[in-house]
Amino acid sequence: MNAHQALAVGEPIGAHAAISPGDAPDAMVRFEGISKVYPAYRHKPGVRALQDIDFAIARGSITGVIGRSGAGKSSLVRLINGLEKPTTGRVVVDGRDISALAGRNLRLAQRSIGMIFQHFNLLSSRTAADNIALPLEIAGWPKTEISARVAELLALVGIADKADRYPSELSGGQKQRVGIARALATRPNVLLSDEATSALDPQTTRAILDLLANINRELGVTIVLITHEMSVVRQLAKEVVVIDAGHVVERGHVADIFTNPQHPITQSFIAEVVGDSLPVSLASRLTSAPVAGGQAVIRVQVRGTGAGNTLVARLAREVGIDVALLAARIDEIGGQHVGSLTIGIPAGEGAAQQVLAWLAQHQFASERLGHVA
Amino acid sequence: MSPEMINLIVQATGESLFMVSIAALLGTVFGLPIGVFLATSRKGELFAAPAVNAVLGMVVNATRSTPFIILVVAIIPFTRLVAGTSIGSTAAIVPLTIASTPFIARLVEAAIREVDAGLIETASSFGASPLQIVFKVLIPEALPGLVLALTLAIVSLLGYSAMVGAVGGGGLGDLGIRYGYQRFMPEMMLAVVVVLIALVQAVQSAGDYLARRVNRRLRHR
Repeated sequence: MNAHQALAVGEPIGAHAAISPGDAPDAMVRFEGISKVYPAYRHKPGVRALQDIDFAIARGSITGVIGRSGAGKSSLVRLINGLEKPTTGRVVVDGRDISALAGRNLRLAQRSIGMIFQHFNLLSSRTAADNIALPLEIAGWPKTEISARVAELLALVGIADKADRYPSELSGGQKQRVGIARALATRPNVLLSDEATSALDPQTTRAILDLLANINRELGVTIVLITHEMSVVRQLAKEVVVIDAGHVVERGHVADIFTNPQHPITQSFIAEVVGDSLPVSLASRLTSAPVAGGQAVIRVQVRGTGAGNTLVARLAREVGIDVALLAARIDEIGGQHVGSLTIGIPAGEGAAQQVLAWLAQHQFASERLGHVA
Repeated sequence: MSPEMINLIVQATGESLFMVSIAALLGTVFGLPIGVFLATSRKGELFAAPAVNAVLGMVVNATRSTPFIILVVAIIPFTRLVAGTSIGSTAAIVPLTIASTPFIARLVEAAIREVDAGLIETASSFGASPLQIVFKVLIPEALPGLVLALTLAIVSLLGYSAMVGAVGGGGLGDLGIRYGYQRFMPEMMLAVVVVLIALVQAVQSAGDYLARRVNRRLRHR
């Protein structure tokens, strides 16, 4: 079953409502019945990289495609700019079936689709400015227009002072800025990002993601970013597509996906960013048997509006026990609170049972992790 | 050393430089496109033509495995057809070119294959044609390697040029054999070897310098 079918029959699992259905008229990219098979070659067996892909990416949106390595996300994004051809189905970009184009027509269409890469892929023999000029030279722009456009782009990505530097003289973040400027040079309406921040440190990643958000806002460029990091999706994307083993397993608005993930793969991605792991000092003391005079440790999932804020106080007041806050992490994602609280309840079966019952009654997902002294 | 001997050495050096430079030039003219094609024509590559690639590869290997002195003699009729004569420095350029072309082609192929495949994908992603990729990406990015390849080819050609004396090609090698060995003039042999060493050093130093100049992968400032 794929997400599109799930949406059509109104089944909740794997499809969150109200996101760009396959036949949306304002779709910038539309995958229609896509499968991609790499045939066996020499000693390598054939690989079915993608199957039953049917969804659309709305014009002007920022869509994150997330999956483990080998899930098929690289193949998926390369179908959009025609670097790969689907085995079946078609890919419609801005109203044009790009999978049917070849030769000169494909090359013309590719000029309206920019792409940035994990390892930047800058020419070492060209300065920053000349790297940005390359797609314009290829498109046959006159020299004077190229230099004006390059100056504009250097300013846009904030490296006007680095115009004459070679890539070997630039930092990773600066190289990616050159990559972004180059991708935008021919004024594309789609920007594809292939793990563009995976080789960067967290601070630089944040700066690059901010730049991409600005570009989306100011130029209206549709951005499709593939990543294996949920933190990237959380910061930048409005829509999420989760793929696993060549299938779209879940998709929807980022807030919905974070507050109510359905598929185990999605849940594991979310666990990575919302910090479900316990502090080491706590985890190492955890035992499965109750400890006399100790505490039962319970983890409460917080998903949704500000309900988690007053949880500890309400619990203490309404159940009438002392609640110790052992660990907590709550993030705001798309206006929703997402995270977990780990609380300690005084030993004795009664108290813990009461707390779990109260949590269930108020629709908090919770689990008992064990006991500590 | 007599003025006559010095004259002979100067003249032979001129002949060697003439043969080697023209052969290197022609070898590059023919070898560069062949090398680029060999590097880009396997299955799934830019100019994918696996069958042509395989045949061309075999021809290149066959030419390279023929000992140079045998090649010189074997192609005398062809040399006569092209140069009008089979004797002299001009005629010697023909076998030198034929020997250096496949050598340069293989060196070019290796240098081009060193270019990151990601750059080809990148250029394709913004709609570059295969020829634009060759001229705007592959050759500029491989330039340091290509300069070193040409340097190596010129040094090898200096060695080959010593053998064309067998067909009256002249040059330093010929001088060394005829005067130094056959007339037993060890000082002439020594002079020839010294000039050859100096030439090889000069070519290699110039090549290294140029390769460094065009290499932007290293920090300069």
